[in-house]
Amino acid sequence: MKEKTFNITNDTGIHARPATQLVNKAGQFSSDITLEYNGKSVNLKSIMGVMSLGVGKGAEVTIKADGSDEDEAMNAIEEVVKEGLGE
Amino acid sequence: MAKVTAKDLVEHFDFEVLAGHEGVYRAITTSDISRPGIEMAGYFTYYPAKRLQLLGRTELSFYQQLNDEEKQERMEKLCTYDTPGIIISRDLTAPDELINNANKVGVPLMRADVTTTRLSSQITTFLETKLAKSTAMHGVLMDIYGIGVLLTGASGVGKSETALDLVRRGHRLVADDSVEIRQEQGNTLVGRAPDLIQHLLEIRGLGIIDVMTLFGAGAVRPFKRIALTINLELWDDKKAYDRLGIEEVTVKIIDSEIPRLTIPVRPGRNLAVIVEVAAMNFRLKRMGINTAQEFSDRLTGVIEEGDKEDF
Repeated sequence: MKEKTFNITNDTGIHARPATQLVNKAGQFSSDITLEYNGKSVNLKSIMGVMSLGVGKGAEVTIKADGSDEDEAMNAIEEVVKEGLGE
Repeated sequence: MAKVTAKDLVEHFDFEVLAGHEGVYRAITTSDISRPGIEMAGYFTYYPAKRLQLLGRTELSFYQQLNDEEKQERMEKLCTYDTPGIIISRDLTAPDELINNANKVGVPLMRADVTTTRLSSQITTFLETKLAKSTAMHGVLMDIYGIGVLLTGASGVGKSETALDLVRRGHRLVADDSVEIRQEQGNTLVGRAPDLIQHLLEIRGLGIIDVMTLFGAGAVRPFKRIALTINLELWDDKKAYDRLGIEEVTVKIIDSEIPRLTIPVRPGRNLAVIVEVAAMNFRLKRMGINTAQEFSDRLTGVIEEGDKEDF
């Protein structure tokens, strides 16, 4: 299992479009990927779940990947987050 | 676990804080409430310090009969570092010794205007809801013929599409994609949608749709008790699926065991109908009609009958 904590730097936080970016990326992998924020954990492959958290700017989120392609998944997600979630 | 403090009580019930303001962030860890009558009489051996202490007319009028030395001693013992709060009911006057000791140790001392018994039950209900164990699950919660059905399964297996089909058939959506589950009294599980995504459904290719505006207020529900979970999974030729429905498989959510069915998904299978029938059949079973069991009994009967004829 892989685990990493990220800081969200987008002005809008994880808004609709950034959430789509994350979810689409996560959906490309077969591992179970979850996003944790504020003590709540959701499936990163589910857009409604991710958006239900209402993650704002400057928030700290933890992403966990578990499965056969967890390393690739974590790297790909890290890239998306670092690029500012496509914004 | 959820955290509740005296501050939450003050805000929710609009209590007046008389003393011990610095202690309002003390955590309340149990929904039990203590009425320290026997403690007022001096018996502190089993004093449940971790509970909220509720002082009503009985306790306070008895207290007034004590001498000064006893008053000081009892209040000192009542206000411990573990006590999450002390509440006085009926707008009664707080004794000076209590105010002093509450300030000294930092126990929040609150006052309410309702009667003690009513206050006690209101606080218990509030604390039980707040302190209930909770979790979030990936899935869709629907109310189908009054049965709360939680559809689970991997992303993209068709949970939301099934939900849409079910809504079209007149069933109600509770939550899509992310379900907040709380374990309430008697180990019942109650699921609801996170506020942000209430009434919404995400359908690949369409995006986010608002079920309430599209289908009307009758198509949604704010919360529902979960009675059955149905796991949708891609059809696996090597796996043996339940063909009879005699055995009941359960899954553990928080501390409760919930019956679980596994339905394999294959193009051309109308999932909504299957899920609908599963809910109806579940209801039938709960009413005492178990088709699979009845059939099995009948079969046993016929076989035994056949054996007799042979001899």
